[in-house]
Amino acid sequence: MPDLGKYAFDVLASYGASLLLLGGLLALTLGRGAKVRQDMHKMEQRSKSRG
Amino acid sequence: MSIWEYANPKKFLTTSERVLPVLWVLAGVLCAVGLIWGFFFTPDDYRQGASVKIMFVHVPAAFIAINAWFMMLVASLIWVIRRHHVSALAAKAAAPVGVVMTLIALITGALWGHQIWGTWWVWDPRLTSFLVLFLFYLGYIALWSAIEDPDTAADLTSILCLVGSVFAVLSRYAVLFWNQGLHQGASLSLDKEENVADAFSNPLYVCMAGFGFLFLVLVLYRTGTEIRARRIRALMMRERMDA
Amino acid sequence: MKALLLRDLKLALRAGGGFGLGLAFFLIVTVLVPFSVGPQSELLARIAPGVLWLGALLACLLSLDRLLALDWEDGTLDLMATSPLPLEAVVTIKALAHWITTSLPLVLAAPVLGILLNLPTAGFQWLVVSLLLGTPALSVIGTFGAALTVGLKRGGLLLSLLVLPLYVPTLIFGAEAARRGADGMSVETPLLMLAGISAATLALLPFASAAVLRVNLR
Repeated sequence: MPDLGKYAFDVLASYGASLLLLGGLLALTLGRGAKVRQDMHKMEQRSKSRG
Repeated sequence: MSIWEYANPKKFLTTSERVLPVLWVLAGVLCAVGLIWGFFFTPDDYRQGASVKIMFVHVPAAFIAINAWFMMLVASLIWVIRRHHVSALAAKAAAPVGVVMTLIALITGALWGHQIWGTWWVWDPRLTSFLVLFLFYLGYIALWSAIEDPDTAADLTSILCLVGSVFAVLSRYAVLFWNQGLHQGASLSLDKEENVADAFSNPLYVCMAGFGFLFLVLVLYRTGTEIRARRIRALMMRERMDA
Repeated sequence: MKALLLRDLKLALRAGGGFGLGLAFFLIVTVLVPFSVGPQSELLARIAPGVLWLGALLACLLSLDRLLALDWEDGTLDLMATSPLPLEAVVTIKALAHWITTSLPLVLAAPVLGILLNLPTAGFQWLVVSLLLGTPALSVIGTFGAALTVGLKRGGLLLSLLVLPLYVPTLIFGAEAARRGADGMSVETPLLMLAGISAATLALLPFASAAVLRVNLR
């Protein structure tokens, strides 16, 4: 851990906030992606079975 | 349904499926290396001390924030002129990424500024322009989510993006005129003496590349999601028609 | 074209609402400002140009959702789209009618409200001039926003979110000109920029508004 001196709060908060925001975006993106993928798979199966 | 409606998105999906894993790894590794390098293995700046480490997230985020809008502009133009659906969806997919990047740039900038400038916020031209850019992103996303019919939404948002771009540039100049500001000049440019030292610029380049790839991955993935969502919609419509 | 303009003007006057509401809003906002920042006349004099500009801008914004919505609901817009008059001309006329019925009264009211806010004597003429030059841009940009949101049920809030960022340059140059005028400085540059924005938006934005309207009418 590097010595951040009096800037410790700001540097850590910057990295923390950035990673948090990016993580949130990533989670939302992947979550919705997985859900939509599943739904589409289901839909295609259904339309195939109906002919 | 025309051939474009189906074939092109399909091709996009298969191609992106193939390159996405590579890009995910590339983006992850570059971001991790750049940020770890920047955080743990860079010296303190002689004037700004350890706060210079904030730069490694601030500058790449700001860089992506602007270029994401630029990409949306190009994608909107392609949609307006050539009417490829993938293009409109890519613009839609990029907007939230742009918002997050703008927000990161604003937050990290405030954290940095409150030590170095002694204030969380000043109405400096660059900060103000970013805030305005943030508002443009919000409006764009709000318009997308407000309109039900996907083609109408794509048309309206792309025109908004074109008009908004002109006004964003105009706002930039207006804001410059309005307040000269205290933001430092460009951190990276080839011809400037006052550039940041190599010890900082090398990890910064890695971070920027990492953020760039991260943006690319996110947009490709999100575009794929949008295409699938559109396909679900089409299938549902067909079912309703059959029933 | 003239007939359309006259019709719009008549409707605005007869319906009563749009014409007076903007003015009343402008008055109320101006009255509320001293309540919120305090009654010191020096402070009020300093912020008067900016406050009046902002008040006029918000009053203008407030009336935008009625700009096209009424014609949209009763199908008049569909008729206009099929009439020989190009849609670009229609939206320009609409913007002009909005300017005459909403913005122009605001411009005329601004000096009166300036008295309430202790606006320096030198500032009055420049306030009026800057508003005269800037409000056409506000109306034209507002028409674009109204065209974007015309098909939506609850478009009002979205309309503000879309239009306000577009108002930024106009507000900056307009308020800057009014402020410089009040301080007795040279107003040439911001006024020229303001006129440039108005001219450019007036020339170009109707095409965007018409394109948007066509999409919405599809």
